[in-house]
Amino acid sequence: MSAAETVPAIELSGLGRRYGERTALRDLSLKLPAGATLAVLGANGAGKTTLLRILAGLLRPHDGRARVLGLDLPREAPLLRGRVGLLGNEPLLYRDLSARENLRFHAGLHRVDPAQAEALLGQVGMDTRADEPLRALSRGMVQRVAVCRAVLHDPELLLLDEPLAHLDPAAADAAEPLIGPGSARRVDSAPRTRVAVSHDPGAAIADAQLVLGLRAGVRMLLGPADAISAEQIEGLYR
Amino acid sequence: MYGKALKPLSLATVATLSAAYALAFFYAPNDADQGFVQKIFYLHVPLAIVALGGFIAGALMAIGYLRSGDRRWDMRSYVAIHLSLIFAVGALVTGSIWARASWGHWWVWSEPTLVSFLIVFLLYACYQPLRFAIEDPERQARYAAVFAVVAGAFVPLNFLAVRMATPLVHPRLLGATGSLPGAMELTFVIALAGMALLWTTLWKYEMASKAASMQLRSLRRKLAARVEGVSLGGPDGADAQTRSAAPHSPTPVRAPAEPVEL
Amino acid sequence: MSAVSTLVRKDLLLELRKRESVPAMALFSLSAFVLFHFGINRSSVDGDLAAGLLWVTLLLASLLGVGRLFVAERDEEGFDAIRLAPVDASALLAAKSLSLLAFLAIVEVVAIPGFAILLLGPALLPALPGLLAVLALADIGIAVVGTLASALAVQTRARELIVALMGLPLLVPVALGAARASAPLLQAGGPGALPGRWLGLLGLYDLVFALVAYAVFDYLLDD
Repeated sequence: MSAAETVPAIELSGLGRRYGERTALRDLSLKLPAGATLAVLGANGAGKTTLLRILAGLLRPHDGRARVLGLDLPREAPLLRGRVGLLGNEPLLYRDLSARENLRFHAGLHRVDPAQAEALLGQVGMDTRADEPLRALSRGMVQRVAVCRAVLHDPELLLLDEPLAHLDPAAADAAEPLIGPGSARRVDSAPRTRVAVSHDPGAAIADAQLVLGLRAGVRMLLGPADAISAEQIEGLYR
Repeated sequence: MYGKALKPLSLATVATLSAAYALAFFYAPNDADQGFVQKIFYLHVPLAIVALGGFIAGALMAIGYLRSGDRRWDMRSYVAIHLSLIFAVGALVTGSIWARASWGHWWVWSEPTLVSFLIVFLLYACYQPLRFAIEDPERQARYAAVFAVVAGAFVPLNFLAVRMATPLVHPRLLGATGSLPGAMELTFVIALAGMALLWTTLWKYEMASKAASMQLRSLRRKLAARVEGVSLGGPDGADAQTRSAAPHSPTPVRAPAEPVEL
Repeated sequence: MSAVSTLVRKDLLLELRKRESVPAMALFSLSAFVLFHFGINRSSVDGDLAAGLLWVTLLLASLLGVGRLFVAERDEEGFDAIRLAPVDASALLAAKSLSLLAFLAIVEVVAIPGFAILLLGPALLPALPGLLAVLALADIGIAVVGTLASALAVQTRARELIVALMGLPLLVPVALGAARASAPLLQAGGPGALPGRWLGLLGLYDLVFALVAYAVFDYLLDD
């Protein structure tokens, strides 16, 4: 436990990323200890999704250094595969396959026992409709399957982009132990490190230890969750 | 940086090409079978060889880009392929004229060089459509490089396939330079050198122009970032705006072709 | 190996669900035979002509499948899902090539007998063993180059156009090798010997592009 705390789960210094001429993220530095939760706040287009994709190893940073789970990105990005769970705007599921087929596919990719997929489907209350193609299900139900997909391989780091969007209160409660702040790894019960993007600053800060506020790709706010004032947050969205 | 040595290179190109075609017309003998029209050989074959070399060079530069991630290699590969495509059109047209003059047809399927060139031309003709159908500039460079490598591997394979398919009914000078009379061989070698020099010179010209406009764009970006940065964070934002809007020059944003201290 | 089989199983399952590529490719082939019948005004063909019609049709039909090979990945962000998992680019290349190979094999099960019934003069059965060898070698080449072309084109705005523009010239050596190799098999008066040099050309093509695809495929997934 103490060893895990000394090596930060995420360590960024001077991180930057452009899309062509447009800067999406500029000079971002922060450290997040293992097991902690980082809340990322900001208006649309502030660079939140870009940050998540870089942390997932999906997008190559242009400037600065990024170390995730002790791996240097983008050089060691291939080693990061399978250790991160991403739950973003897209469910990353095939609409023409059923929930069960989708999760079995991901279990195969991650070399996880397919029984794990069944257990998760039961946990989010999707076991009764697990054989219908996803295109026949509501957005909320698809999101429940996506929650299962994100934690299927027991990731050390969870990257969440509005994870509770489309979920009704009961479904949100069911997802809570899987992706919420109390979620722990199956293998050793260690708490997962989480990065959560949210448009609900109040709830996000309540769950987090560290809060990052972005505006137009620039860090406007970074500090412990209990030291963030309401005015500072308002400033982000102005 | 690409502008260096452009002048001597241009002069050497003009001199070599002039010498080659002077030799072709006044020194090299007329071909016994084909007569005067065979002289297009000194244009067609060098064009074809240089275009092929250019495609291969483009593939090697693309490998350079994929290995280093340095956008300049992508630019070099782009210019090489783009130029070679123009040379390839030249080779196709001159080959076609030669075919018409020698055998009375604008197109002969029994001439493997010509046929291969058409296929290679058709393949490389989609290099630009592919490039410009991708918006993200980094992905554009990467995908174009992958295409260049795949197409580079295709060129020799395609030549082999077409040559295998061609019954060699027209024994020709091609690929048999060793059996050329001395005067013809000398002229051919000089023509080839001149054509290679022409390709290199044009490549350098285009690279110099591309490099300059890239530099211009990056300076503009720096300028914009500075203006934005100052107006966003600094107390003298308004001041910076006016400063950048140029007291010294009437068109400050177009000016930075000359080195501007930022 | 298990990642490859997982990916292939997913592709086949998706095709079974959506029935997009394979039926389209098979129907396209049959329609093309009908068109050729009227276009060249012949009721039966043999030799060079038969081999040419067959291979031009199969290549054009294969481009339909090539164009759709990565569409599910692009539309449903499947590239991200695959890149988040411990799966190499080469596994994806192998899986997609195998899926396309399977599609081609199924299409040919319909198209070859269809060709024999509609257009081919000589009997199909005696030519079949040799033809299967040519089909196998040519299909591997189409599958590898098709996967490469599809991956290159899928992120562009004009996907179908790029696949056709790029795929046709790239597949000229396959058309050439396969047609020349099958021509003696389809000649009137019984199949002749299988020409080894054309099989050799097809094999060389398969080998070269398998190596090239393996070397460059990584760069098509990176972002």
